[in-house]
Amino acid sequence: MYFVKRIALAIPLLLVISALAFVLVHLAPGGPFDRERAPASPEIERNLNAKYHLDEPIWKQYGRYLGDLAHGDFGVSLKYRNHTVNDIIAQGLPVSLTLGGLAFCFAMGIGLTTGFFTAARRGGWEDYVGSFLSVLAVCVPGFVLAPLLILIFAVKLKWLPVALWGSPWHMILPVLALGLYFGGKVARLTREGMLQAMQAEFITAARAKGLGENGLLWRHAFRIAVLPVASYSGPMLADLLTGSFIIENIFQIPGIGVFLVNSSLNRDYTVVVGLSLLYAVLLVGLNLAVDFAYRWLDPRVKYE
Amino acid sequence: MILYERARRFFSRARFFILAGGGTAMCAWLAGCAPHEKPADITIINGSEPESLDPAIITGQPEFRIVIGLFEGLTRLDPKSARPIPGLAENWEVSADGLIYTFHLRTNLVWSTGEPITADDVVYSWVRALNPATASDYAGQLFYLRNAEEFNSGKLKDPAGVGVHALDQFTVRAELNHPTAFFLDLCAFPTLYVVPRQAIEKYGDRWLMARPLPSSGPYELADWRLNDKVRLKKNPRYWDAAKTQSEIIDLLPIGSPATALNLYQSGQADIVWDKNVIPVELLDVLLKRPDFHAFNFLATYFIRCNVTHKPFDDPRVRRALALAIDKERIVKKITKAGEQTAAHLVPDGTANYLSPDGLDYNPELARRLLAEAGYPDGKGFPRFSFIFDAMKIHENIAVELQQMWHETLGIDMELRQLEWKVYLGAMDRLDYDLARSSWIGDYNDPQTFLGMFLSGDGNNRTGWKDPAYDGLIKAANNEPDLQKRAQLFRQAESRLIQDESPVIPLFYYVGINYFDTNRIEGVFENILDDHPLQCIRKIKP
Repeated sequence: MYFVKRIALAIPLLLVISALAFVLVHLAPGGPFDRERAPASPEIERNLNAKYHLDEPIWKQYGRYLGDLAHGDFGVSLKYRNHTVNDIIAQGLPVSLTLGGLAFCFAMGIGLTTGFFTAARRGGWEDYVGSFLSVLAVCVPGFVLAPLLILIFAVKLKWLPVALWGSPWHMILPVLALGLYFGGKVARLTREGMLQAMQAEFITAARAKGLGENGLLWRHAFRIAVLPVASYSGPMLADLLTGSFIIENIFQIPGIGVFLVNSSLNRDYTVVVGLSLLYAVLLVGLNLAVDFAYRWLDPRVKYE
Repeated sequence: MILYERARRFFSRARFFILAGGGTAMCAWLAGCAPHEKPADITIINGSEPESLDPAIITGQPEFRIVIGLFEGLTRLDPKSARPIPGLAENWEVSADGLIYTFHLRTNLVWSTGEPITADDVVYSWVRALNPATASDYAGQLFYLRNAEEFNSGKLKDPAGVGVHALDQFTVRAELNHPTAFFLDLCAFPTLYVVPRQAIEKYGDRWLMARPLPSSGPYELADWRLNDKVRLKKNPRYWDAAKTQSEIIDLLPIGSPATALNLYQSGQADIVWDKNVIPVELLDVLLKRPDFHAFNFLATYFIRCNVTHKPFDDPRVRRALALAIDKERIVKKITKAGEQTAAHLVPDGTANYLSPDGLDYNPELARRLLAEAGYPDGKGFPRFSFIFDAMKIHENIAVELQQMWHETLGIDMELRQLEWKVYLGAMDRLDYDLARSSWIGDYNDPQTFLGMFLSGDGNNRTGWKDPAYDGLIKAANNEPDLQKRAQLFRQAESRLIQDESPVIPLFYYVGINYFDTNRIEGVFENILDDHPLQCIRKIKP
């Protein structure tokens, strides 16, 4: 019941988001057809605005937009006039999903293992090294890390391609550059969660009841320790899946992250609203999934 | 503590490395089953993602450089001189008054899909670019045709009234409003390219997604993936296909200059030819390399003065600003790619023209003019601002100007960096004092630069209105004699940059590209930075 309610609430939320995005981007100074070169006559500009209905009052434009949206049509990009927003999503989203999905798996894999490892060896040199590396991963931004990785692995060692997208070899450096930050975060969260869980009273109680250490560790401690990671992973996955402007730009990856940023600079109204909606849907959906996961992971949580 | 012990044993170092290494191994395994695309003969880094590949809609250089391969006009540009030579039209006659052009098409023209290209296709293409429903930014390139502007603005409904007609299958007659010295140059401009009616009528605005896409130029569109690549393959039915040098050309959109350089260095790209993907920080080093080419290019970097704001309404103030700029310092210290300083707006080397002398660096005269205008040593000069869009090079130039004007004239300028669209809006609304500006010539003629500053022209953006200037430009455009026409333009430019100075030219851009001349052939340096794709080839070792 709780989840039905959550889903029902998501629809008006998305409507509000679309309306806000629509109004805000129209309020921004300048329009999609402002260029360095003014057209030869004011009529040319009028023709352009008429063709894309920009001459109508904004509420009418929004109504038209919603009408098209109901048919699954996000409209035509005003900057890339041969492409629809659906084209942009259809071509860019799979790339961003692949990159983001791999980066997510990488971040989770490296983060969870490092987190457990450092927690299990608390105080040892492995803990210090692991924790130091996690903090480093969180501190070094992508636009520093990516060129460094390119310099070492592509330019100097020539093991991997410097940029572009196509083969799995092309994916390695961007996945590392994108995933390390999140990996560091996950490692820190896991370590903290693990240390707390190990000291929790219910663990002591469970042990007193005679539960085997293995089962204790996996069935009880683990599930509690990853709770903070689980709640962090929803927004993190939404972030990763919608692409990263910086990583896509540096590696020239044809994802949608670049569009998400450039469309607002270009005042490409339809693309801004369409991609904002996509991001919102992902965020809402993944947060919902996290809540599901909570119920499964933590028996203390009950939704009414 | 037992728990810690278990955990310790469970997470042995070996297990950690097995787990962490697993992902990497997976990637390596996946690499084995990667799909392989046929490699291109030539890979070119082309700048930003093309906004469109529709000749009637495109406005920017990255788009022009691709579309030049897909479609052709009645004329095309010579790859070396960038002067018009026969394209789809084999030859033409011009009436004595310069108003009627009669073009004779080649008789062996076919679309890449096999249908013949006829005079009707030419008429259709031009009328389509003018049609208000097409909403072409560059429809103005056709306003030289009789009734073209009326049709574009909707005042004339019947396209038959526009001054372009098919006399028979192979003859096109164009009627102009004025003798237009550069009309043959315009015929080679993308807006006037011949496009496939059959695809456009069938698919509407999405016609470029049709495969096969009928093309009239040396290449066909094989693939177009957003922010990934445009792949062109040779059109064997092109009339001059025997001279097409390369089978497959990939044009990559690249957003970051460092990435462009890395791809070139690692051999994944053969040519880089967009000035926006040249890493400015490395210019010092790059310019010394033999594979790095800088050449004169029909584009000017200049300052607009808003003459509706005091004290810039006074020509003496504007001239003082111009005379106080040491342009040599800007090209030597900041731009550094071998740019020539600009005394006048129209670059040297423009066809049918010779510019007048402009205002050179003369701090003495600058101070005197400013004093005459009522601001001796800059006293009482209001604080003013300089707007520019967010690019490092513009900022550096602005800082330099700020310093020069302060030192020479004793006036203080504030720098305002604006986001691109905000910057354009501020210029349009005349909501600025001084603005950095630039202009790339559309065709090789002074009109493309001087026409901008007619009173009320959309590109004027200075608020400057001068009936004498307007009269001279109009007279020049009605003058069939090229010598006399050049004289009239010269007088007009003299008013613009010497007497009135609503604009202050700083330098002429250079075209920049890099490729190894031992490996690549057929990219010629010309004043329009225009490089027909069919000439380019890799030299086989």
